[in-house]
Amino acid sequence: MIPVAPFTADPVPEPTGNIWNWDFAIEIFPEILRAFLEVTLLVTVVGTVIAALLGLVIAIMIRVLPRPLAFVLRWAANFIRMTPLVVQLLVLYYGFTWMDPLTIGFIVFGVHYATYMSEVYRAGIDSVPKGQWEATKALSMSAGRTWRRVVIPQALRSTIPSLGNYAISMFKDTPFLFVISVAEMVRVAQTIGAQTFRYTEAITIAGLIFLAASYPTALLINRLEKRLAYAN
Amino acid sequence: MPTPTEPEAPVIEFVDVEKRFGDNIVLKDLNFSVRRGERVTLIGPSGSGKTTILRLVMTLEELTGGYIFVDGEPLTHREKDGKRVAVSPKEQKRLRTRIGMVFQQFNLFPNMTVLENIIEAPIHVLGQSKAEATAKAHSLLEQVGLPDKADQHPLSLSGGQQQRVAIARALAMDPEILLLDEVTSALDPEVVGDVLNILRNVADTTNVTMLIVTHEMSFARDVSHKVMMFDGGRVVEEGAPEKIFSDPSHARTKQFLSAVLRDA
Ligand SMILES: Nc1ncnc2c1ncn2[C@@H]1O[C@H](COP(=O)(O)OP(=O)(O)O)[C@@H](O)[C@H]1O
Ligand SMILES: [Mg+2]
Repeated sequence: MIPVAPFTADPVPEPTGNIWNWDFAIEIFPEILRAFLEVTLLVTVVGTVIAALLGLVIAIMIRVLPRPLAFVLRWAANFIRMTPLVVQLLVLYYGFTWMDPLTIGFIVFGVHYATYMSEVYRAGIDSVPKGQWEATKALSMSAGRTWRRVVIPQALRSTIPSLGNYAISMFKDTPFLFVISVAEMVRVAQTIGAQTFRYTEAITIAGLIFLAASYPTALLINRLEKRLAYAN
Repeated sequence: MPTPTEPEAPVIEFVDVEKRFGDNIVLKDLNFSVRRGERVTLIGPSGSGKTTILRLVMTLEELTGGYIFVDGEPLTHREKDGKRVAVSPKEQKRLRTRIGMVFQQFNLFPNMTVLENIIEAPIHVLGQSKAEATAKAHSLLEQVGLPDKADQHPLSLSGGQQQRVAIARALAMDPEILLLDEVTSALDPEVVGDVLNILRNVADTTNVTMLIVTHEMSFARDVSHKVMMFDGGRVVEEGAPEKIFSDPSHARTKQFLSAVLRDA
């Protein structure tokens, strides 16, 4: 992770009276971009991978575990989903002081969003027609093969857009990492602003980077969704 | 009660079968048996329990009373010390492997190609090699008249073609027992004949035991050795198709047949 180091640019550019100073913007851009790549994007990618896998495991477990266990699992997932992300970050931060804050970020974002994604998967699994399950039974397919070859592939098809939207939500939640002093992009931008008394450029750049990343992601999700649709 | 090794044991035997959905008793005191290679057609008005019988054999429904034997072995429950106890899942699965089913709605896997649909279970359930399963799949596709559809996806096929693939998929498992539940009811009238001809051909060329539910009376007459007329979860009358169709003994059968034949 990047420590929040004092930004050592040359003295503040002459106040020109302009709100936007291009030279200054270009000067601070690399620093903000670095925070984006090394923290914001990293947490989003790792968090999304954890959430997507763990969410699927949770959804399947709720279906296959014996009732009391499934009930406990569903209740635990609801509890995590209904508690604010920020609180979860703080609990781990102060509860596990030996843990690297960035790791806490991975875990909290991953687990928190896993509980949302598990609901998406659950709906996807429920949307697989009963006849598909019956066909697997009529062919004596094992439970493992049934899930892997029939249920999950069909369930995923309808879940991709919602999962993608949660990934984008997670991305937009990364500024919350500031509560556990991780120097994610917005925090870095803000620090630059505080040290130079020029907030406009720093915060605008951060916002534009967010937009530049979310928009193509949304397009990508769209294309993936189309590719997953059955050939007709 | 028949013992497992008895050579004369029927392929399917229903003993005092009862099926309830909640409080609704759908089948009661049902006793009948089917011999090896026999083709039995179940007819009767909608709601009389025909589908339920097939689904009980396929273990898609829970048997709430009585016993079903396949090759003389208890399919879901056995009697032990005067009590009815469930058969182990492993044992159930072993017997289930001998039974195949074709559904009214085909139930092909839309995420797989036609070929993948057919070879999935032979490879992963029966342990065939991929080459072996694929060769067999191609010959079955030939048999059902779809030799060039192996790499297509099911949803790109017409209903009649999908049902023919479903028949090939069931046959690929080399079932001893084939259950056919109104397999032409969801099809356009002009393709019904093709599908029935394929089944006639299967009946002529194999010794597979068939339990058939259909409203296609001429098909039933052609392929079945025995016809059972159901009403309200009970067998009203049973016999050779010639007898049932030309000279039914019961008023209920007459009434049902005249209604079906009028619709056709
Ligand atoms: N899953 C179910 N839950 C409750 N009732 C059912 C279910 N399946 C079938 N039944 C009832 O069982 C009876 C027999 O149905 P079915 O075997 O489908 O008849 P058929 O195939 O002869 O038309 C009907 O009254 C039907 O409503
Ligand atoms: Mg029916």
